[in-house]
This record gives sequence, C-alpha cells and structure tokens, in this order.
Amino acid sequence: MFKRTLLACALLTVAQPSSAEGDLDAIRQEIAQMKAQYEARIAALEARLKEAEGRPVGSTANTAASHDHDHGRGFNPDVSLILQGQYAQRKDIPERTITGFLPAGHVHGSERGFSVDHTELVLSADIDPTFRGYANFALIDQSVSVEEAWFQTLGLGEGFSLKAGRFYSGLGYLNERHPHAWDFADAPLMYQALFGERFAHDGMQLKWLAPTETFLEFGVEAGNGNAFPGANGNSSGIGAFSTFAKIGGDLGASHSWRAGLAYLSANPKARTAHWEDANGDAVGTTFTGDSKAWIADFVWKWAPQGNPKTRNLTLQAEYFRREESGRLACDGAGTLCAGDPSDRHRSKQSGWYAQTVYQFMPRWRAGLRYERLDSGTLDFGGLPLDAPDYNPDKTSLMLDWSPSEFSRIRLQFARDRSMQGIDENQVTLQYIMSLGAHGAHKF
Amino acid sequence: MRKYLLLCLAALAWPAQAALKVLACEPEWAALVTELAGERAEVAAATSAWQDPHRIEARPSLIARARRADLVVCTGAGLEIGWLPVLLRESANPRIQPGRPGYFLAADFVALLDKPQRVSRAEGDVHPEGNPHIQTDPRQIARVAEALAQRLARLEPDQAAWYQARHADFTRRWQAAQQRWETRAARLRGVRVVSQHNGFPYLYQWLGLVEVATLEPKPGLEPSVAHLGAVTEALKARPASLIVRAAYQPARPSEWLAERTGLPIAVLPFTVGGSDRASDLFGLFDDTLDRLLAAAR
Repeated sequence: MFKRTLLACALLTVAQPSSAEGDLDAIRQEIAQMKAQYEARIAALEARLKEAEGRPVGSTANTAASHDHDHGRGFNPDVSLILQGQYAQRKDIPERTITGFLPAGHVHGSERGFSVDHTELVLSADIDPTFRGYANFALIDQSVSVEEAWFQTLGLGEGFSLKAGRFYSGLGYLNERHPHAWDFADAPLMYQALFGERFAHDGMQLKWLAPTETFLEFGVEAGNGNAFPGANGNSSGIGAFSTFAKIGGDLGASHSWRAGLAYLSANPKARTAHWEDANGDAVGTTFTGDSKAWIADFVWKWAPQGNPKTRNLTLQAEYFRREESGRLACDGAGTLCAGDPSDRHRSKQSGWYAQTVYQFMPRWRAGLRYERLDSGTLDFGGLPLDAPDYNPDKTSLMLDWSPSEFSRIRLQFARDRSMQGIDENQVTLQYIMSLGAHGAHKF
Repeated sequence: MRKYLLLCLAALAWPAQAALKVLACEPEWAALVTELAGERAEVAAATSAWQDPHRIEARPSLIARARRADLVVCTGAGLEIGWLPVLLRESANPRIQPGRPGYFLAADFVALLDKPQRVSRAEGDVHPEGNPHIQTDPRQIARVAEALAQRLARLEPDQAAWYQARHADFTRRWQAAQQRWETRAARLRGVRVVSQHNGFPYLYQWLGLVEVATLEPKPGLEPSVAHLGAVTEALKARPASLIVRAAYQPARPSEWLAERTGLPIAVLPFTVGGSDRASDLFGLFDDTLDRLLAAAR
C-alpha cells in the first residue's frame, strides 16, 4: 500500500509542470522510493537466508527422524513439581468433623493462617512398549506420602487396560483428580465424609472402553481395602471392591458432557473413629461390617465453537449414598461407654454438591459451589451414642486468576455449616504453581 | 445353517472394503489424508479451525474416536502436548501409541523454524522442538504428504499401489497450484506484517513476508494493553503494512491495533475450514493469498 502511494505521488510529481520546488519534491520522492525498494530487497534477502538455514539437507533428511519429538528428553521420565500453599482464615476448632458422619481422618487444608499444603512431586514415563508408570508423592514437612504409584498396560488391545499399584479409584468425577486440578480450594464435604478426600486402592483396576461412537467405559477395581471407609488391618483377602460406568459425548461443536455411576463396597474390620456419647463426651468407636457407597456424577462443559481459551462454562454435580451395617463398639473411661458395650449398627446417609465455574475472560474464572448432606438414619442399636439429626451445608464462592496454564492464584469465600452449632465464614487465598513437564488433565 | 448365519454376521461386522479409520488432530491433516487415501479412509478431525489446537480437552467423544482409530495424524512438536497424551492413553488402543505405525507426527518430517535459544517457560508457551504451525507453507505440506503416503501404504501393504497413485496425482496438482500461488504472491515479498500469534513463520518464509511484531507479549499469552501500546509505538519507527490474525483467535487485540494505526487486518483461515473457501487444502491457500493480497493492496 505504502509503495503504491509513493509511486502514485512520484508519477503525479513527474506529470506536473516542472518548477524548482517540483524538482526538489521529485528528488525527495525518488530517494524515498529507492529507500523503500532497498528495504524490500534487504527483507527478501533476509527471508531467503532464513529459508536456507531452515531447509533440510536432502529431502530424506528428516524421514529417518525419530517419532519421539514429544518424548525428546531421552529416557528421563517426565517430572513435575506442584507448589501449593495458602492463607486460610478459620475459626479455632480443635477437631473438625462433619456432624452426623463418622469421621474419615486425613483431611488436610484445615491449618489456619499461612501454610504450605502439599508439595506434589510427579514422575511418569513409558517403561517399555508394554507398560507405563506413574508416581505421585505428597511432601509435607517431615513426611512423604505415596499418593499414587502404579503401572498401566499400554497395549492390551480391544479397549482393555490394566492398572496395578496404588491408584485413585475411577469412581465419581472428582476422585481421580489431585488437589491442584480442583476448581475449589477444598474437596466437597461428601468426598471428605465418605473417603477422607478421595478413595485410593492398593490393588488392581481393569477398564474397558467400548468401540462405540458414544464414549462408554466400564471399570472394576479390587484392593486391600485399607483406606477409609475400609480398614483391613493385615489380611490377604480383598478388602474393597468398586465398579463404575461412564458415558459421554458431544452436543454440537460447543457442548460436551459425561455422566457416571459407581459402586464401592468395603468390609472394614475394627475401623476406629471418634464420636460423642449421649452426654456429649468424646468416646472411641470400633466398627466391623459392610460399607457400601453409590455415586452418580454428571459434568457438562460449554465453550463457544469448542474453543475454551476466551470463555467457557462448566456445570458439575455428584450425588453420594452410603449404607453401613455391622457391629459397633464404643469405649471411653468415665463416659457412658465405660465397659466397652457393642451392638448392631446401621446407617443410611447421603449428600450432594453442584458447582459451576465460568471463565468470563482469558485468565479469569469465577465459581460457585453448593453442597448439602443428609445425616439420614443412624441406628446405634442399644449403644449410648449421640445420633444427631442435622443436615450440614456449605456454599463456596471462588475467583481465580491463571496467567498461564502453569500458575493459578485463587481467592475463595465459604459459608460452612458442616458442624452443628457452628456457622463459619472461611476465607482462603491459595496458589498453585506447576514446574516442569506439561501436566495434561483429563476432561 | 448356523455356520452360514455366522458367516453372514461376520460379513456384516467386517465389510471386506473396511476403510482405514483415521483421527487427525488438526483439520489440515484430515484434508491431507482425504487427498491421499480418498474413500479408503474414514477421517475425523479432533479440532476445528475455530479451536486453538494448543488448548482443547481430551473430551469423551475424542477418546471414543481414538479407541477405534487405525491411525492418528498429528502435528507434533509439542502442539498437542496438553491433550494428545491423555487421548492416546485413555483410548486403550495399542495401534496408535507412540512408536507404532499408527502414530504419525507431521513435524517429524519437516525442519522446524524458530527453535528457541532459551527453553524457559518465562518465554511463554515456547516449543523446544520449534514452531509447530507448519501447515501454512505448501512446501511443508508436500513433504508431509510424501511421508504420510508411505505410512498409509505401510498400514495397508496390499493397497500400496493405490496410495502411490493418489500421492503422484496429488503431487502433480499441488506443484501446479504452488507455482500459481507463488506467481500471484510475488508482490507480497518484503511486505512487513504484524501477527497476533507467532503462527505464520512458515507462510512468511515461503512468501518472503517480514514479521515486525507480534501482539502476544510471549507466545500463547494474551495480548495486554501495555504490550499493544508498546507495539503501536514501535510501529512508528518500523512501520508495517498489515496485521495478520488466524480465524480462531479473538478479534479484539488486532482490531485495537487497527483502530489506532489504520492498518488493514488479514484474517487468515489458518487451516482447512477457517473460511468458506478454505474447504480443502487448495482452497486454504487460494483464500489465504486472496486475503493477504487484498489487505496488502
């Protein structure tokens, strides 16, 4: 455009009757034109030089290249480190529980003030053409906990894959996700109540993906059942069994969804917990029996034309049910449980959460989560234990900012009424930073 | 009778002319497979021209497709690193795992530009392997076509002649088109452009366009007002003739700059499907050139 205008100007000048001023203008134009032409030629030469540098030597130079551009780090496993910390404003409550639900223990993130939560170290790699390995360690001050450590088959064929080791169960939607991939700073109350945040097997998982247009996946898992709600002690039997089915697909270019159903059965032996007797005194309980849980989950995602970069919306909900029956004993010197009485125990409890997260502009997301639990029926037989009739609920509101997919800073407000008689406003300011390998997340 | 029935069922389940099921990560490779395989392949693209191939999710529908695929054709060079590994893993399909004949990365057959001197995330979404957007140069497409035709023949050895013939035909038509394009685009040589994302180095190298600035402060990071202001200032010293943006990218940053500088914007289809005319690979380059030539007038 510029060159053409120049040329037109130059022509006009030449066509005009000559005068001293006109001559001067013509010379100026000519110089400008020459300058533009030289610039263009230099640019063209630069481009040719660049091209020559980039051109492969011989046409077959690259056909022999390895297929491992994505795995170009030699034999080293992918390593990623996730830094996660927070500032939490909470009431001073010595032992947090969810009223009406036998506590599962191991709920982190309840420290007040500044804290470094988990630092996660993740290593993964294809072991050989047959297997892939993955390990996730959570580093917390003096301890390292093995969150996951498993291997998985790569090529069983016919849609089958087998995983063995310690792994997060495929039940529900959120269960397989590590805290850094959560949309809120804490796990939903029902996950905390049922699994102490999530359920992990030490065992095996077999999955089958159907060869259908619609995504359809089935899985069965069996493990030692040591993790809550199980408690297997030292047994060679299978202590926990779970199975799940998932279905999903797209609706047009902008919508996609997934729904799932899962069932978990565990046979805890002498599972201990803290409770209150009818007078409100702390007692210990020991449970041996059956624990069954059902989970239904649904997620729906929207992104204009399937491009989530600028705006996208997620709706997600899960419903949980748990039934336990067996023998419960309680103990506590100087309480109603003195003398360790035991009796038949039965409970039917349920709960759900629903959440939505909206990315309204690049880098910024806002989310709302509501959850409600039903302590349901708690039948302690003849034991002198407190059976509260209370429906815990919690509302959380979050706003997060992610300058890139590797960093996120989140502010969360929650009104937590999970403990009877305590109405708590919680503020959490959290960071999640990932270093190293690109952590690709599941849908 | 029962044996006959079983045979019938088997014939129904596996038709003799079973098409090769191909999942292409991007539409340009879906189009290339169609050129090279014709009706022998049943091709689906995992992304559309309206999606950012860096950032999509391994959706259930894609996992279901990958499960049934005989071949995945992707760009590689880290472009799909955020979702392809999950897709391959969740597909439980041994045929398309890395290293198998059913796993084809186009970037393996092209010399990549813009290999970063410094591999650090502080530089934004850089690809250590080089810039992956190779589909904007027809010479690179030709290189990939050659390798892909060989791969298809390897997957279906009894159809090797078919693939060879299709490839020869494609090459003939492609070379003719390339000559036509290069003649038409001669006047673009040396034209200075501003790009929204560094998505076109191969196109610029081919046509001799000169990129003077990008609107993204670092690759993959959203343009900020501060950076756009700096680009506007820099353009005063080193002027450009037009702004280039891919169809899938948000319009705002380039429009902001156009408003302040009066520069025309060329919205390029970037891949097959990015405009009405870019319905196949030939249309992609016809339309790309028309839009560049119109904006550079």
